Parts: sequence; structure tokens; C-alpha cells
Amino acid sequence: MSALVVRAGPVSALVERRALVASCVLVAAIAGLALAALCRGDSWDAPGDVLQGLLGRGDSAVIVREWRLPRVTAAIVFGAALGAAGSVFQNLTRNALGSPDVIGLDAGSYTGVLIAITLFGGTAAGLATGALAGGLATAAAVCALALRSGVSGLRLVVVGIAVNAMLTATNSWIVLRADLDVAIAATGWQAGTLNGVEWAGLRFPLIVIGALAVLLAALSQGMRQAALGDDVAAASGLGLGRFRLLAVLAGVGLTAGVTAAAGPIVFVGLVAPQIGRRIAGAAGVPPLPAALTGAALLLAADLIAQTVLSPVQLPVGAVTTVLGGGYLCLLLFKEVERG
Amino acid sequence: MRIDLTRRVAFLAVTVLALAVLAVASVSVGAQAVPPEEIWRVFAGGAGAEAESIVRDIRGPRTVLACCAGAALATAGTLIQTMTRNPLAEPGVLGVTAGAAFAITLGTVLGVTGSQPSRMALAVGGAALASVAVYTVGRTFPLRLVLAGFALTAVLAGLTLALRLLFPDALDEYRYWHVGSLAGREQTPLALPLAVIVVALAGAVLVTRPLGGLMLGDSVAHALGARVRRVRIAVLVLITLLTGAATAVAGPIIFVGLLVPHLARRPAAGSVAWLMAYTMVLGAVLLVAADIGSRVLLPTGELPVAVVTAFLGGPALIWIVRRHGAVAL
Repeated sequence: MSALVVRAGPVSALVERRALVASCVLVAAIAGLALAALCRGDSWDAPGDVLQGLLGRGDSAVIVREWRLPRVTAAIVFGAALGAAGSVFQNLTRNALGSPDVIGLDAGSYTGVLIAITLFGGTAAGLATGALAGGLATAAAVCALALRSGVSGLRLVVVGIAVNAMLTATNSWIVLRADLDVAIAATGWQAGTLNGVEWAGLRFPLIVIGALAVLLAALSQGMRQAALGDDVAAASGLGLGRFRLLAVLAGVGLTAGVTAAAGPIVFVGLVAPQIGRRIAGAAGVPPLPAALTGAALLLAADLIAQTVLSPVQLPVGAVTTVLGGGYLCLLLFKEVERG
Repeated sequence: MRIDLTRRVAFLAVTVLALAVLAVASVSVGAQAVPPEEIWRVFAGGAGAEAESIVRDIRGPRTVLACCAGAALATAGTLIQTMTRNPLAEPGVLGVTAGAAFAITLGTVLGVTGSQPSRMALAVGGAALASVAVYTVGRTFPLRLVLAGFALTAVLAGLTLALRLLFPDALDEYRYWHVGSLAGREQTPLALPLAVIVVALAGAVLVTRPLGGLMLGDSVAHALGARVRRVRIAVLVLITLLTGAATAVAGPIIFVGLLVPHLARRPAAGSVAWLMAYTMVLGAVLLVAADIGSRVLLPTGELPVAVVTAFLGGPALIWIVRRHGAVAL
């Protein structure tokens, strides 16, 4: 295959040419979308002014750097985190349906958040702790329930769908008991939204996601080995137990970090890895194209959410579900046509 | 063979008995308890006015509604699982329920859901579009069917949510409907949806024979004399009617159609006719029980029944998958 070998001192890496090109294209798309998102406001600013403002010069510096940049950053980082988490779980379960949003990790994190709000009030640390605890508890429950002489992907998915339905029911019950105003606000948040994101609220999730991204990069070699099947992976020197534990931790942490800050933005975790692997022409479900696709997808979805029914700002989750779901339908339909 | 028949009849009798007991309990349990002898007096004459109105106007219709909706959803599940030979197929999972729910939400925004017939038409239309779309995409692969249903459900959920946020006032009353509940539904005229459900259930009984052939594979079914194409279309129509009617009255209730066929499959032991019979009774049992649960589980008020079915169905599904594997059909 057309692969390039990159060497830097003792470190070397094998890079597929198509994956490299695809990554560059995705990064360019993210940059273009980010610039458009920075320009977009009550009035449409010229890209030149915005770039000036980004460097701290000109009239629009405050608007661009304090108001629009946090939202764009959040869209990119959260989208990448969700896409990467999706690829981790789809790799572990070897099943496209085994992504965090299907097996209930988003719903579990959100349950944790709702409980944190009702019991401890809504501090940022409380929300993050609740989201992480809810996500981990859900992951532990799903894995424990699916475990029976080895994890089977399909069984895990079915167990996850069951757990997801229970958690979703719990969440809507908690929301139903609230007052109408709170319920409407929670409905927006229930879908996942980036409305009103500020630097102050972003700091903690960004640190968590950054740390987990490093962990994920360290795991990427193991992920390639694990994709070959349990026996081959073990024979080629991968400690499967430890690897799975770390990978689940990373995936849950990424999902929970996003949910704590923005609510459960579903469907990016399911769709981004699948789109990413098709763009990159990859054999497995690699995390990097998934993360880049996730970032581009969430950024585009957020732009649409702000624009399409302006002045009403839709929650971005509503758009990701429609866009991602529609694209998935299209992919499935094309596969049917090909036979 | 005879022993087999005895066991099957005995199981059916037990489930019917359970349904009768639960139906009485459903009429008697609630904010104002009505003892069983008082219920008897309502029908025999000589009951108090209060008990009379509770039984005749509120709990009686609600119990009938729960029976019909439960049987409808469970039968739709059995039909779709048998036809697609897919243990994961279910109207809720496949997006048919979401199609009906979205059509009703859209109709509410456009202001055309005033009458029961128009709501029925919307729900059935939405369910029909959704089932045709998902079935076209996913008929060849079980997992692809579920994936397509999941995708469609998500798309429709996103659109529904957008509508709800855009028109919060118009849709406030649908806050409860969206979770799936039987509370207060007995006040609306129920004759049309119940009639549709009964007709569709009768239709489901009629297709059991060709469906049994279809379970063995398309070519075998063809060789046995079933008109495969026609049977498939008939089954799709039945699923649409059952799901649309149940959703129009009770809101989106998932899991009944997924769970009940799995419960009924072992006692039915391979016979589609018995499977269908058990499914109808067990579906009614499940939803009536869940509805009773929704009234007594909270000291402060009522829980939407869909929350209860999710908590009954979730663990049961997990148990089934652990016990029999995900593809035991």
C-alpha cells in the first residue's frame, strides 16, 4: 500500500498516504468552519477583522476572543472528544452500534448531572463529578451485565440499549417532576447545547479532555493490535485486561467531560467514527479521523443550530442527531443499492 | 404431542387468569381505592355514585386501553421479529413509534390534531412512512435494520425536539404524551383507535400460517405455497396500524414489543400461532401491570407508564440476552 514512513530520531511511524491526505482535508475543513463560526454574530464580520481581533487588535477583539472563541473551541474539542470516545468503544466492541450514545454512557452521565443538580446544586465541579460518576457506573454496569464467558459485541450492545432506555426514562422522569420553566431549560440541555459557553466553564473540561487525549494517543498502538482479535493481540504482547480498562476509562472520561459541560450531545460518537473511517479508507475504526470528523461535525452542527431558525438558537444536539442520523441513513441506503 | 398441547393450553389459561386478576386490580387500585365487591356491584347494580363514575368513566376505560395498547405493541413486535427473523426488531427500536410520534407533534404545531380521527390518521401515516423507510434500508441484515431504525429515531427525535423548543406553548400538553402515559387518556374518545387495534389483531391472527412458513426462509415459504411478497406487505401494514393506533392513544411506549415476544417464545416452542396468542395476552398483562405500577410506585403522583415499562423491560431484556444469547430465535 502507499504508506509513508516518518522517522524522527528513535521514533518512527507508518502513515497511510490516504489517511494523511484525509486528515489534512479534515483539518482544513475544521479551520474553515471555525473561521466562519468566528465571523458569525448578530452582524457578519469580515474575516480580516476577525483575524485581527483574534490577535487582540481592532474593535472586535473582545467579541471574538471572549464571546465567540470559547464556543468555537468547545465545539472543536467536544466534537473531537466525542468522536474519539466513539471510536474507542466501537473498537472495543467491534461493533458500530457499540458507541457511547447507544449503550447509554451519555444518558448515564446526564443522569449523574441531573442528580448532582437536584442534590448538590449546580457547581461546575459537582456537575463534572456527577457526569463522570454516572458514566463510569453505567459503563461498569453494562460491562458487568454483558460479561458472560467473554464479552460478545452484540450482547453488549443489546444490554447497552436496555440500560440506555432505563436511564433515558429516568432522565425524562426527573425532568417531568420539574417546573415548566426548568423543564424547558432542561429540554434544551437534555439534547446537548453550546449556548452560553464561557471560558470559565470550559477550563475544567478542557484539562480533563486534554489529559485523556494523551492517554488515548498512548493506547493507539494497542488499539490497532486489539483490532486483530483477542488471540492475535495477546500473542503480539498486548495486556488485554489492562488495555481494556484504560480504554474504557478514557472513553467514559471523554464522554463525561463533554456531558458535564454541554449535556448529552448524542450521535457524534456513533457517526463520526463511521464517517471518519470511510473518509480515511481505514481498515479499522482509528481514533484520529474519528476525532477530526467529530470536531468538523459538531462545528458545522453548531453553526447550523445558531443560524437556521435564528433568532431561536437550537440546541446543537438536535442538529447533530438530524445531520448525523440523516447521513447514517444515506450510508446505509447506498450500501443497500450496492447490494 | 398431546402433552405438549395440554401444557400450551395450561400456560394460556394461566396468563389469561393473570390478566383477569390484574384487570380487576387495575380498576380497584388508585388514588381512591374501589374494593372488588364494589366493582361487582357497579355492574350488578346498587353501587354508590362515586364508585360508579370511577369505574365506568375513568378506570374501566383506562384498563381497556392498557389491554389493547399492550396487546397491539406486543403483537407488532412479534410480527416484525418473526418476519425479519431478527430478535432485536421492535417498533420502538425500529423508529416506527418515533414516526408516529413525530407526525402527531407536527400535526399539533400545524393545528390539525383537534379530532381523534385526524390524530389517528397522522399517527398511522407517520408510522407507515417510517416502517417503509427502515424496512427498505435494512431488510437484508438484522443489524443494519436496527442501525437504520436507530438513525431514523434519532433524526425524528431531533426534529421533534426542535419543534417543541420553537412552540413551547402549543406543545406543553404534549410534555406528558411524549413520555408515553395512560393517565388522562381515558377521557378522549377511544372508539376509533380501539376498533383499529382489534381489526389489526384479527389480521395478525390470519397471517400466522404464512408467517410460520416465512420463518423458515423465503424460498421454503415460497415452496410451501405462501405468497411471500404479499405476506410481507400485509405484515408491514399490520405493524403500522398497530403501532400507529397504540401511539396515537398512549404516546411512544417502547420495549413492550421487544420484551413480550421473548417471553412468549419459549412456551410457544416454535409454533407461530401459539406465539401470537401468548403475545397478545402477555402484552396486555405487561402494560396493565405497568400501568398499576405507575399509579402506586410514587407516593406523590403518577409515573408515566413508559418509565415503568422501561424499568420492567430493560432488566428482563438483559436477563434474556444473558440467558439465551442475543440471537436465540
